[in-house]
Formats: sequence, structure tokens, C-alpha cells
Amino acid sequence: MRVTLMVNGERREADGVWEGESLLHLLREHLGLPGSKNACEQGECGSCTVYLDGVTCCACLVAAGQAQDAEVVTVEGLAGDDGLHEVQQAFLDAGAVQCGFCTPGLVVAAHDLLSRSPDPADDEVREALAGNLCRCTGYVTILDAVRLAARRTATSSRDPA
Amino acid sequence: MDFLRPCSWTEALELRAEHPDALPLAGGTDVMVEINFDRRRPPALLDLTRVAELGEWDRADDAVRLGAGVTWTRVIIELAGLLPGLAAASRTVGSSQIRNRGTVGGNVGSASPAGDAHPVLLALGASVEVASVRGVRRLPVEDFFTGVKSSALAADELIAAVHLPVTGAPQQFAKIGTRNAMVISVVAFGLALHPERREVGTGIGSAAPTPVRARKAEAFLAVALEESGLWESRGRLPGSAVGRFADLVAAASSPIDDVRGTASYRRHALAVLARRALGWAWSDYREAA
Repeated sequence: MRVTLMVNGERREADGVWEGESLLHLLREHLGLPGSKNACEQGECGSCTVYLDGVTCCACLVAAGQAQDAEVVTVEGLAGDDGLHEVQQAFLDAGAVQCGFCTPGLVVAAHDLLSRSPDPADDEVREALAGNLCRCTGYVTILDAVRLAARRTATSSRDPA
Repeated sequence: MDFLRPCSWTEALELRAEHPDALPLAGGTDVMVEINFDRRRPPALLDLTRVAELGEWDRADDAVRLGAGVTWTRVIIELAGLLPGLAAASRTVGSSQIRNRGTVGGNVGSASPAGDAHPVLLALGASVEVASVRGVRRLPVEDFFTGVKSSALAADELIAAVHLPVTGAPQQFAKIGTRNAMVISVVAFGLALHPERREVGTGIGSAAPTPVRARKAEAFLAVALEESGLWESRGRLPGSAVGRFADLVAAASSPIDDVRGTASYRRHALAVLARRALGWAWSDYREAA
């Protein structure tokens, strides 16, 4: 079947999509967006986290056909023209990236958290990232990255210069 | 495989009647796992996410009619006041990504003994509204579940909604898993106090082929509360009554050994959860005086 949707602000179309295929497979294999990672395929690991119509979900658990006419934002869509998003930069600066496989999903989940709650308590961060598994970092540097991104966002919004 | 995409409830029921072997798909958190792992190859998927009616809930008299497509996240945000037990259970489902997509109707439809909504639905005496082109019927939730992942839903029927009473009385949910997030329960327990009718409702998850009520425990506690005048006095619950209640809850289960836990662990844990849930609910009841 054919699926047409908006991805990262662009209208995209894919033909020959199998009806049982996931949105994750559509993004990676048909639309050339390999940022969202394919790991568990059962919603356990969060490495395929994307926004679907403004709400985060595991792209592996969305049927491609369900995304017809939807707006999807993947990790590739977070950076602006002026470089990495603050959440992405904070992950780099805090050393929250080791093998990097979980990073795209964590970045999207952290981006979503900070857009809803700009200064989250640690419990809130843990809860928001509970669906994203990392087997390298032990999560400490990931929590550091989220705190760093929150601090920088607060500073930049206080001081627009 | 066909991908059927109805845009209205009427169209969904017509497609369901034409394609009785199509697999209904809502949030995908159960169905897509089975597709991804090649465990299931239905001739068609019936995508219900475009049916706006399913995403609505409304309150009529002393009940909420919860459209089958309302997600866990929305239950937590919109219904924690009216349906505190279901909201508590919703908070324990998967992760935020899963709660954003998964629906209560889908949970009921999957009919897993481990479904997180089921203990609270049983404890509340909820009912399931199912529909087909032939008409609409309502079943008590305990008649809906007929076996492991099987239900009373006919081949041409879809789940329209779940009806839950708004009791204004304490409701609790407790679940054991290997971690806080992203776990299928090893065992779960739901409890609702019904002070106006002097009754207690219970629901057990993951400890029998279907979610089950602990009827003897409910009857015992209702009598114990009545005889000691505790519904009126809101006094402390005697430890002996709490212990007996917990034992009767565990006795109502028929768990098996599996990868998530042994039968004897499940019985033990269920008694612990029953004791805790009753303690929390009774303390809520005393504080509400």
C-alpha cells in the first residue's frame, strides 16, 4: 500500500509498504531516516521513540498505515538550522552517549519531557525516561544531561541575547 | 494482508461484519508485538484509531462511559478524580510511550490474565459494551473474560466502551513486577470499597487463567465490617480481619509456575498486596470522614 505522511515538516510518500509493517520500518527502510533505532520491536526499549501527532510513542508499535496523514517528528527533526538542539548538545557535553544506540530514543523522550516540564524533579525525569533502556551508561550521565539541558534552556530563556 | 481504515463507528462495525477474521488494532501495544515477532499473520488489520467516537468518554449519572479508544495517559490526566482505581492502574502500565498509545479497550480486548485494567474493573463491577451491526449488548466484565486471551466477543463484534461506576469511595491497585516500569505483572490486585451498599469489590490479575474476583474474601470482609460497625465508626481494622481477608484473596487464585514467577510466590505476594491495598483503602476511608 501507499502511505503519505508529514515527517520532520516535509510531506513524504512511500509505495509498496506491507500492511503489517511498523512505522519504524517505514521510517528506516522506505524513507531513509535511520535515526530511530530498531532493537526490541516490542516497546520495551524506547530506542525507536518518535513523536506521532505531537505525542511520543514507540514507532515499532505503530502500524505504518496508522501514520497515514499524521505528523511524525523523529530525532533527525530536532536539530535546527543553527545546530544541535539543547537536549542533543547536553547529551554530548554530559558524556551521556556511549555506544549511542539508545541515544536517539532518549533524546526524543527527554525533549518531550522538557517541553512539558522545563524544570523537572529527578523523580519526574526517571519516570519520563523509564521506557528507554541504556545498557552502557548506568543512566547517571543521562540524568546529568537532562538537568544540563533544563538549566541551559532556563538560562537562554531568561537572557535572550 | 488488508489494512482496513474505517473513519466512523458505523463503518467500523460494517467492516468488522464483512471481515470477521480481521484483527482489530488500536494503540498497537499488544497487536504490533505479535506482528513484529511473526506470531500472528491476520488476513487483515482493522485500524480503529480514526474512529473519533472511540476516543470519547462521558459521565452519565453515577457512571463513566469510557470509549474503548481512550488511552492510559488520558485516563491519568482526565479521569484520576472520577476513577482513581483505574488511574492508579494506568500509571503502572509500560512507559509513557506505551501509555500514550495503549487503550483500556485494547487491554480488555486482549483479555490477558495480566491485563493491568482488569483487577480494578472487576473490583468496581464494570461492564463492557460491545457492538456489531446486529446491535449493542453489555456484559459484566467478569463474564467477558472466558479464558487465557479469550473473551465473549463474537467474531463480528467490537468493544465500544467500558462502563465504570463513579463511587466516590476508596479504590486501590497494587502490582508486583521485577521493576517499576515496563513490566507485565507477576501478580496484581484491585480493591474497591462500596460503603453505600456495604460491600467490597476485588480483582486478581496474573494468578488464574482469567482475571478473577475473590468472592469469599469480599463476603468475609463485608460481614466483618458490618458486624463490628466499622462502616459507621471508621475505626481501626483488626489485624485478624486483615490477615483473614489476605488469606482468602490468595486462596481465590489458581496461579501457575512460569517465567515471571512461581505459583507459591504468586500466592504469597497476592496476600501481601491484598493486605497493603486494604490498609491503604481503609486509611483513605477513615481520612475521608
